[in-house]
Amino acid sequence: MSATMNNVEEIRNRVILGEFGVKNVHTTDFPGNYPGYDDTWDMSTFQKNFRIDMVHVDESSMEFDMVGIDAAIANAFRRILLAEVPTMAIEKVFIYNNTSIVQDEVLAHRLGLIPIKADPRLFEYRNTGEEMAEEEGSEIDTIQMQLKVKCSRNPRASKESSDPQELYLNHMVYSKDIKWVPIGNQADVFADANIGPVHSDILLAQLRPGQELDIVMHCVKGIGKDHAKFSPVATASYRLLPEITILEPVEGEKAERLKRCFSRGVIDLEDVNGSKVAKVVDSRLDTCSREVLRHDDLKNLVKIGRVRDHFIFTVESTGILPPDVLVTEAIKVLMSKCQRFLSELDSTDME
Amino acid sequence: MAEEGEKKRVLEMVQADGADEGCVTFVLHDEDHTLGNSVRYMIMKNPDVDFCGYTITHPSETKINFRIQTRGGVAAIEPLRRGLTELSDVCQHVLNTFQARVNEFKERQEKPME
Repeated sequence: MSATMNNVEEIRNRVILGEFGVKNVHTTDFPGNYPGYDDTWDMSTFQKNFRIDMVHVDESSMEFDMVGIDAAIANAFRRILLAEVPTMAIEKVFIYNNTSIVQDEVLAHRLGLIPIKADPRLFEYRNTGEEMAEEEGSEIDTIQMQLKVKCSRNPRASKESSDPQELYLNHMVYSKDIKWVPIGNQADVFADANIGPVHSDILLAQLRPGQELDIVMHCVKGIGKDHAKFSPVATASYRLLPEITILEPVEGEKAERLKRCFSRGVIDLEDVNGSKVAKVVDSRLDTCSREVLRHDDLKNLVKIGRVRDHFIFTVESTGILPPDVLVTEAIKVLMSKCQRFLSELDSTDME
Repeated sequence: MAEEGEKKRVLEMVQADGADEGCVTFVLHDEDHTLGNSVRYMIMKNPDVDFCGYTITHPSETKINFRIQTRGGVAAIEPLRRGLTELSDVCQHVLNTFQARVNEFKERQEKPME
C-alpha cells in the first residue's frame, strides 16, 4: 500500500501485530515524550483531525467510524453504552397466582430480561429511600403491566390428535400477552406510544389445562451497571482499522497463497507483465487472524498493523431506542459526569 | 479540604503533610475506568503535569484514587479542572459531529426514494 513510514511515525500511529505479540499498544504521544513533536492538547488540531463516517444505519444496528480520537475516550463511550445508558425494565413482580411448572423466581427473572419499549428519558429514577412507605410507585417513575393467562382444554379438538397446538388453548405464554396498565395520567401522556415489550414472540412459560398465571409487574428506570437487564444494547463494540503493507512484490503462486491467508476481498491479484502480483484492495475487511505469520516464506513479506486512532464502532440496539439515539445519550452521560465533578470542584472552592 | 457533612461525598482531596500544592491525590467516588482513563488522558496532554495516574483501590469499591503532580508550582486542582473542561468540550464536539453526520446519512438515504 503506502510506503513504509519511518520508525517514529510508526510507533506513534500504529499497533504492530507480530508473530509472538503485539507491539506499540499504548498511547505515547504525550508532551515531552518525542523531541520535535508538540503533543500538547489543542482543541483546534483535534477538531481538524476528528471525523465520523457512517457506514450503515438502520433501526436496530449501526456501524460507524470514529477517526482521530484516543482509545481512552472511545472506550469510555463503549463502556457507557453497555452499562450507563438508562432504560426501563421489569423490576418488581407481584405473583398473585402461578400454578405453572416454571418456578416463581425463574419466571420473575425471565420477565426482567424482556426489553420494554418505553422511552427512558420520559421517566424518573425511583427514589429508593422511601421504599417502605410508598410501595406503589408513582406515574412518573413506574410502568405497570399485567400478565393474566389461563390454559384450558380445547373442546373442539379431535379425539386422536396429540398436537398441543390443537389440544390446548393458551398453552404457550408469549411476551405479547403482557398488557400495559396505565396509571395516573399515563394514558393521556403516552396515548400514541404503545408501551409494552419490544418483541411479541418471546416464550415465557408453557402451561397445561388448569394452570394459570396472574402477575402484576412494575417497570422502573435503571442502568446496566446495576443489572444487565437494563443494558440498552445487544452489544456495542469497536475494533481498530487494520492496515496491511506488502513490503516487496509478491507474484505467482506465492501471491495466491498470500491472498488465501487474509479474509476474502482484502488482497487481489492483478496482472502485471503477464504474472499475477498481489495488491491490498481493502484492508478494512480483514479480521487480523495473522494466518500469514504461520508461513515461513510469507511472514517477512507483509507487515500487519492497526491504525491506533481509527475506531470502527458497531452498536446493536435491543429495540428500546434506535442506535443513533443510544450513542447520543452515551456522549451526554460522559459530559454529565465531567460536569458533576466540575461543579463539585467549583462548590468546594467557594467555601 | 474534603467536604464536611452527611451528604455523600463525590470528590475528596488528600494531600501529604509538607508537600506543596502541586502533588495531590483526589478520591473520586462512584467512578471507574470510564471516567478515570479518559480524564487521565486529557490531563497527561497538559505540559504542566509531571505525573498523572489513577488506580481503582479495590474492585468491590466504586472509587478511584487519582494522583496529579505538577511542575512549576501550579496548583494540582488546575490541571484537573482543565482536563475535565476539555473532556467536556471533546464530548460536545463529538456529539455535534455525530448528530450532523447521522442527519446527513438519513437525508441521503431518503433522497433516492423520492
